[in-house]
Amino acid sequence: MNTDNLPHNNNYVIETDRLNIYYGNFLAVKDVNLKIPPRKITAIIGPSGCGKSTVLRAFNRMNDLIPSARQEGRVLFHGKNIYDPDVDPVQVRRMIGMVFQKPNPFPKSIYENVAWGVRINGFSGNMDDLVEETLRQAALWDEVKDNLHKSALALSGGQQQRLCIARAIAVKPEIVLMDEPCSALDPIATLKIEDLMRELSARYTIIIVTHNMQQAARASDFTAFFTMDEDRAGMMVEFGLTSQIFTRPKNKQTEDYITGRFG
Amino acid sequence: MENQLLKIRSTKDKLIETNEISQQLRKRLRLSETLIQTLLLIFGAVSILTTLGIVYELGKESWLFFGREEVSLVEFLTTTTWQPVAGKFGVLPLINATLMTSFFAMLVSLPLGLSAAIYLSEYASARARSLLKPILEILAGIPTVVYGYFALTFMTPLLRSIFGSDTVQIYNTLSAGLVMGIMILPLVSSMSEDALNAVPNSLREAAYSLGATRLETAIKVVVPAALSGIVAAFILGVSRAVGETMIVAIAAGSGPAFTLNPFRAAETMTGYIARISGGDLAYDTPDYNSIFAIGLLLFLVTLVLNMISRRIAARFREVYE
Repeated sequence: MNTDNLPHNNNYVIETDRLNIYYGNFLAVKDVNLKIPPRKITAIIGPSGCGKSTVLRAFNRMNDLIPSARQEGRVLFHGKNIYDPDVDPVQVRRMIGMVFQKPNPFPKSIYENVAWGVRINGFSGNMDDLVEETLRQAALWDEVKDNLHKSALALSGGQQQRLCIARAIAVKPEIVLMDEPCSALDPIATLKIEDLMRELSARYTIIIVTHNMQQAARASDFTAFFTMDEDRAGMMVEFGLTSQIFTRPKNKQTEDYITGRFG
Repeated sequence: MENQLLKIRSTKDKLIETNEISQQLRKRLRLSETLIQTLLLIFGAVSILTTLGIVYELGKESWLFFGREEVSLVEFLTTTTWQPVAGKFGVLPLINATLMTSFFAMLVSLPLGLSAAIYLSEYASARARSLLKPILEILAGIPTVVYGYFALTFMTPLLRSIFGSDTVQIYNTLSAGLVMGIMILPLVSSMSEDALNAVPNSLREAAYSLGATRLETAIKVVVPAALSGIVAAFILGVSRAVGETMIVAIAAGSGPAFTLNPFRAAETMTGYIARISGGDLAYDTPDYNSIFAIGLLLFLVTLVLNMISRRIAARFREVYE
């Protein structure tokens, strides 16, 4: 897919170059060439099984944790291939954080959840201030400020997910990957997360995988549409400004998908 | 008029219909179900009745023991000499030896068992795990008498060559305790591994996505989340160590001694019971009755430990919900 006709911007944070991802012998994602602009929200949409999450997890080397997964091609982070042999995946993940489909706070206090990542990174400043600042950024402070030392598991699903976002941004990553972050949440909690994403996009590059097209249309600046070919290998069909993808898709498959004729 | 007739007829039809349905829904007698249920109840009751029988027997004989004029419960629990011939029944030397061997056993089995569990659950590849787990399970299958002679003929000479044969007696609590630790290791490691495995993968992913290393993830997220399961494994290991007989009977010594020196011989509660019940003792002597009192004490200790372990394991289940 050719992305040259996008608004001119040479400073992509992430570029993939002929990215193929395999699980064992199964080609899960094929020939993805994607460019992610900085401090914008980029949505990846497409039908189930088209490799959206697999691509997302390739951006911070989370696929390393799956023994059968391997990849070909390059994922460039500011021009550096994060799959080069001299790259430490731990360092990659410190700069590229992630929020998962199901809220997964640690079974610790709210405070400890936010402080955890910072602490392992050797933070020596004022932790109380950092926790407050982070929770404010995540629009959670007012709801939890009196219960900071209570278990994070006592929060509602939407609050837990905002806590997970707080935990991710506490370590000041450059990119926050979100893998269907609202799929376990009700519509009100979903809207809160979307508002939060919008605020966070001033500082962070956000890449969100979603199967909710309204969400992509509402909340993202750019949209990549994925589908799968006859061998069930996922591939990118179209990438562009969200407004363009949803109003004037260039590709027939994209149009079928967003108009609900497929998927 | 006609309308009313119709109504009556339809009500009648409905009644017939309802009758049919209630016929179909009627309770059936299922003989095989009842039979199976009864059988299962009987089988289940056997184990409960056995336990009750044991408690009764222990209690009865202990009652006889404490009923003797030369024995008092306070003296039994507080004095430090066990010499039935001289009429001295202070159980503390036996308890002390049991605690010492169990302590050494846990000193071996907790760190080794937990490390093995962390390795198997967090680090090992599928192939390494499929090789190592059966080997650990072989350890659990070795008869304890073999461990006993392993302690006596390998561990004790080893200790003597390290610390000198003047300091280390041939029978000593350290050797027995260390080998007992090796025996308990598979129990501790497999229960701890179950606890670690029960920690949802999403927590590991969360830790990794924050830039945690494998070690940080294991030590700071997975182990704390599995802590109650690990504690339960540990307590079960302790109760196994307290109750273990063969190793201590062979390698720890056969004479009650109140000592904190791990290189000296001392007899544990279980070792004493094994020795006395193996010798020819007249029925209804204080010696004979005493083993039941000690047995009751052991029973109570392991019961309490198992109850604590169950409590903790139950709490463990609630952690992620």
